Amino acid sequence: MTWVQLAYLAAALCFILALKGLSTPRYARLGNLVGAAGMALAVVTSYTTIERNGLLILVAVVAGTAAGIPAARQVKMTAVPQMVALFNGVGGAAAALVALTEFLEGHDAGVLFAVATVLTVLIGSVSFSGSVVTFLKLQEVMTTRPVLLPAGQLLGIGVAVVSALLAIFVLVSDSNLLLVLLALAGLALGVLFVLPVGGADVPIAISLLNAFTGLAVAASGYVLGNTLLIVAGTLVGASGTILTRLMAQAMGRPLTNILFGAFKATPPSAVTDEQRTVRSGTVEDVAILLGYAHSVLVVPGYGLAVAQAQHAARELAQLLESRGISVDYGIHPVAGRMPGHMNVLLAEADVPYENLKELDDVNPGIGSVDVVLVVGANDVVNPGARDEPSSPIYGMPIFDVDRAKAVVFMKRSMRPGFAGVDNSLLYNPKTTLLFGDAKDSLTKLLAAVKQV
Amino acid sequence: MIELLTIFVLAVFVGFEVVSKVSTILHTPLMSGANAIHGVILVGAILITGQADDTLTLVLGLLAVFLATVNVVGGFVVTDRMLEMFKGHKR
Repeated sequence: MTWVQLAYLAAALCFILALKGLSTPRYARLGNLVGAAGMALAVVTSYTTIERNGLLILVAVVAGTAAGIPAARQVKMTAVPQMVALFNGVGGAAAALVALTEFLEGHDAGVLFAVATVLTVLIGSVSFSGSVVTFLKLQEVMTTRPVLLPAGQLLGIGVAVVSALLAIFVLVSDSNLLLVLLALAGLALGVLFVLPVGGADVPIAISLLNAFTGLAVAASGYVLGNTLLIVAGTLVGASGTILTRLMAQAMGRPLTNILFGAFKATPPSAVTDEQRTVRSGTVEDVAILLGYAHSVLVVPGYGLAVAQAQHAARELAQLLESRGISVDYGIHPVAGRMPGHMNVLLAEADVPYENLKELDDVNPGIGSVDVVLVVGANDVVNPGARDEPSSPIYGMPIFDVDRAKAVVFMKRSMRPGFAGVDNSLLYNPKTTLLFGDAKDSLTKLLAAVKQV
Repeated sequence: MIELLTIFVLAVFVGFEVVSKVSTILHTPLMSGANAIHGVILVGAILITGQADDTLTLVLGLLAVFLATVNVVGGFVVTDRMLEMFKGHKR
């Protein structure tokens, strides 16, 4: 059996190196491959040790591969976050099933074994149902706004208490039925946990659920007495927790505010009903504005990605640059649907890496920018995040585009952004609105600028 | 049992350490990569199914194997696709 343990040790080392590699741009891709190699080694090793059902297991692995590869290959880059959520969810479900199955088979009972089983089943179930809800939110199958059930907070606490009681009963009674009930309670808990999280904050919830699944896997390692599961699961649990904190920091808000903020948010005040006017312009107006600018800042958002307008944006930027106008892209840490998502999307469109500027590079000099082109972004330029403590996104760092000389806001409609928050920038006298699909507008704009 | 606990505690520190200095650009791929790694539950699923001797546990085990495989394979492939996007710019 020694060589089996050695193979598991090698796999664990691969996972550590994978995480290490994924943290540095240069070795990220290599890191991922090392992780995959470690996984292959671990899986093949475990397969050689089993007593029976080998063929059926092989069939299940082939079926899983047949389902996983096309899903991962064909998903559009804009839809990657919900795909990750789904992969995370099935992992959680698998962990819960493993612990449940081991419990049903009734192997060496003991308090620690039972505690680990209970934890795996509970956390795995929470992770599964929570991930499914995040998927539905990001896919916009259901509303992206925080969903507050009547007495939702009380309900959540109630289900949590029931789960804890069920967990204790399982420990005392060794009952299979109670363990299944615990899994169901976990599923309910996961749903209740994610429902109040607003659309823009869902990625944080995914990251946290990812860490949860890691912990469930680690706990299942205790159930099976398998050190590889303990090491790998714990690695993901710990790094996922840190990553969740880093993401929350990038949004400038404490984690508790992100997860439970909806319970405390005051309803938006009704005083904003006053007559506010917006100024919408034509493509030609904007073309002239751009043609006489010296510096232009493009702030892309998810709308740009959805319209597949990355290439049109790059062409416009190149045209402007050929006329001696400096063009930069302001990339908000949470632009898109996940931190770093927009960088991936623009990289896909061959936008030069040097032109991607972060908040701290842009904001100090934003007063001298002639035109800011907001393409399909909304929340990341909402001055409410800076000025209105009652705003649900208050505290999130933004591009201070209201301090630039002029703003062109490309939007499909007056609909509020993903976070469902009204944006006062739309009513700013400096702002010109250009309605329409981002790609369509940019293409027309490109033609119009050529005429100027 | 104390050995397992030792392993757990050490792994926590390693996990904290390896990702402590990651830039925002890599948050999404890192999350996705970590996501693929917890698919190692596939090993657990295989072991548990490999000793199943009645229909119920066999079915549950096979379901776990299937789901865990989706997690592993999908996770690594989608992470690779994301990172592939970055490659072009280091030229």
